[in-house]
Amino acid sequence: MPYIAATDADRAAMLERIGAADVEELFSDIPSSARFPVLDLPPPLSEMEAMREIEALAARNLSASSSAWFLGAGAYYHFIPAVVPAIASRGEFLSAYTPYQPEVSQGTLQAIFEYQSMAAALLGMDVVNASHYDGATALAEALLMAYNAAGGAGTRDRVVLCADIHPEYKEVIRSYLSAYSARVDEIDLPPEGAAALADASTFCVVAPYPGFSGAIGDLAAAAAATHAAGALLVVQADPIMCGLLKSPGELGADIVAAEGQALGNPMCFGGPFLGMMGAKAGLVRKLPGRLVGQAKDAAGRRGFVLTLTAREQHIRREKAVSNICSNQGLAMLQACVYLAAMGRSGLRAVAELCWNKSHYAASLIAGIPGFAVRADRFFKEFLVETPIPAEDLAAKLSRRGVVPGLPLSRYYPERKRELLVCVTEMCTKGQIELLAASLEEASR
Amino acid sequence: MNLKAEPLLFELSSPGRRCASLPSCDVPPTPLPEELARAGLDLPELDELGLVRHFTRLSQKNFSIDTEFYPLGSCTMKYNPKVDEQAASLPGWRNIHPLAGEEFSQGALELIHSLQKWMCEIGGFAAGSLQPAAGAQGELAGVLIIRAYHSARADGRRRVVLVPDSAHGTNPATCSMAGFATKTLPSDAEGGVDMNALRAALDGASGAEVAGIMITNPNTLGLFDPNIEEISRLVHEAGGLVYGDGANMNALAGVLKPASVGIDVMHYNLHKTFSTPHGGGGPGAGFVGARADLADFLPGPIAVRADGAYRLAMPARSIGRMKAFYGNFGILVRAYVYLRMLGAPGLRRVAETAVLNANYLKALIEGAYRIKYPRRCMHEFVAQGDLAEGIHTLDVAKRLIDYGFHPPTIYFPLIVPEALMIEPTETEAKETLDEFAAVLLKIAEEARTEPSLLTSAPATTPVGRLDEVSAARNPTLCYRG
Repeated sequence: MPYIAATDADRAAMLERIGAADVEELFSDIPSSARFPVLDLPPPLSEMEAMREIEALAARNLSASSSAWFLGAGAYYHFIPAVVPAIASRGEFLSAYTPYQPEVSQGTLQAIFEYQSMAAALLGMDVVNASHYDGATALAEALLMAYNAAGGAGTRDRVVLCADIHPEYKEVIRSYLSAYSARVDEIDLPPEGAAALADASTFCVVAPYPGFSGAIGDLAAAAAATHAAGALLVVQADPIMCGLLKSPGELGADIVAAEGQALGNPMCFGGPFLGMMGAKAGLVRKLPGRLVGQAKDAAGRRGFVLTLTAREQHIRREKAVSNICSNQGLAMLQACVYLAAMGRSGLRAVAELCWNKSHYAASLIAGIPGFAVRADRFFKEFLVETPIPAEDLAAKLSRRGVVPGLPLSRYYPERKRELLVCVTEMCTKGQIELLAASLEEASR
Repeated sequence: MNLKAEPLLFELSSPGRRCASLPSCDVPPTPLPEELARAGLDLPELDELGLVRHFTRLSQKNFSIDTEFYPLGSCTMKYNPKVDEQAASLPGWRNIHPLAGEEFSQGALELIHSLQKWMCEIGGFAAGSLQPAAGAQGELAGVLIIRAYHSARADGRRRVVLVPDSAHGTNPATCSMAGFATKTLPSDAEGGVDMNALRAALDGASGAEVAGIMITNPNTLGLFDPNIEEISRLVHEAGGLVYGDGANMNALAGVLKPASVGIDVMHYNLHKTFSTPHGGGGPGAGFVGARADLADFLPGPIAVRADGAYRLAMPARSIGRMKAFYGNFGILVRAYVYLRMLGAPGLRRVAETAVLNANYLKALIEGAYRIKYPRRCMHEFVAQGDLAEGIHTLDVAKRLIDYGFHPPTIYFPLIVPEALMIEPTETEAKETLDEFAAVLLKIAEEARTEPSLLTSAPATTPVGRLDEVSAARNPTLCYRG
């Protein structure tokens, strides 16, 4: 077997040293009636056979790289520079673990520190942690953090949640909050309207930037109303948009959660993604997840360490702010390399391409008889009313290699004639025009 | 190891340098409303070579499995096969969208379906879900299932979860997140659960409040609790459920189906037992398996097969989604390839060799290091590092670094003072174990003859011991120009 070095001679020598007659003897604590069961697994394959099988399976999926791709809705087809996978696939990063021993983990630790710094600048936060599982769990944990910071078991037990948030994120929030005495009040208004309903029982307002529909609300007004009610503003943000538009922090957010997949991570059927979470300075000790800080050794040399660990599960046990342990280290590294590769002008250029191309697409679709674009201010995504069921359009076009967007009926069965269209820098003018022509033709 | 100080990205930045190569805009532009635009964004500016050198040099400041022995206890730092990476990087996995529709995702759904089935078979579970993004999330899912089970039976009094003091560190925080109180059970002289304490906790009125037990077996001492069947029976009799923390599954896959000794719900970590890379702290992936009458509570969606096609379904009374979409899918691809190459005989060989390696290493060092529970171990064991007056486990760990070994897990489990928790895994050769043991013996000798070699270690790394206290007191968490 290629992954086990021990030869028969090694085994014999080791058993002799241990003083055991055979390997089975080492398992004598295990109830004999249950020991060494028969497992019904397919017979082992060689490496080439396994690759052949996995290639055949992979070929039975529709790949964005071979289509005109306009589907987003929480997983985004963005450009990934070649340097990102080249760096992230280095064994020294890939096969290391959590940097528990800082002297032999400075590579990982410094990369996390650099990510924290760039992500904090991007989101307008004072501190960003080393990652959560994805945007949805980051948002759910941001709510728990706000609950612990501003509410707890005391007087404030209400969340004002804008309805225009990814439906799966709302489900994850429900799972995470199921054991807490927090009430989630879902309000179908833009952020500024929803925040106006915050009251003395509200511990946080949750506002998207932009919404699931792509709509950009007035975050500054939402922040003012939230703070007037004595609550915290939790913002769920698109990090690509933050490259061009004002950051949530600048607009008054106290805590920001974001899905960082778009920053250098492939869509990969929905995971692994990157949960980003940041907070204003006053909340740092309530922040879950790992944090890296700068430190010095006895000789005065700069180094980096995991810090403020007293917040974490292995120290505080049942009083910890979260049970998170393993996070999305490699996805974070990919985001770190991506942000550094894009740099000051590159991220802005990507966001501008998304802005211009999505508005161009919206203008073309708005001109097709029977279609209407239901969006005012939006980023990258917009809702389209379709003359025939959007699911039919999506199926028909996808088979021809044009994936037009998400039929909203997937999440809201009654919303049959709505399509959520996403346009990133990956879509060419020709593909956008093909989308418009295909929609028109398929709806006839 | 690269010893030279590496500047931060920001310190390498030079205005006007670019790495990104992006197309020019090919559509008519739409003006951005001025009040929306941000003034600037302080990201570094580097050219591509500058960036590649920076990150390559950083990588050379890490110990990793590919470069060093990494016997971190309870983390199962086994070799991560390269074919798994190659498989996961196929465009048919990287560039596929979770909402493309079932018709366009049959390969991905079949992969999830097969892996669910195999994971169930390995543990003896009736059903399972690959939703959890990590072990800790698998735990949370499992405990939420226990909560849902009692709620469905209108048995809301059960607010207490028993957690042996040899369990994994995340367990108490997980219980809190699921709304349970934790009651700690002590260990007996053999390192197993103290059966009298268990009986007392399950007795009468206090037993009626017990929702279940979270048991790690083999536990964090590396010992298999031979009373497991009796523990399960007692907890079941008191109306509770038995949760298995499967972080130590590397000792059991192919050796024991945990369900067959009364485990009702369990998670395993794909990034431990099933060889997916740890990535400097993740991403992991978790599987959570359950007995038949708990299947409806599993987190979803899960993959099912109907009418010759694969689709996604939410279990009838699911605890809900644990994350968006369907787990850390890219990690599942890696675990699939690993399992496909091992099969049942390979899995058993893995567990046998992991246990053999651990017992061999223990035999080599037990003369020089105290071992609080000296009986046969499973895939790991716990030694103690207080070798001499004034010498602590931390010193042993740091001195190991000078000899080119990543230290074991230290100061865990908490029930062993000065713990050194050592897990060699099955992928290490006998020569590596011999060399590591020889170094441990040498360090034990140094502790007596030249203790400053330990207390001043490491001397061979880019930085020495860092002042963590000052770093936490006045934290610098971002670059400030």
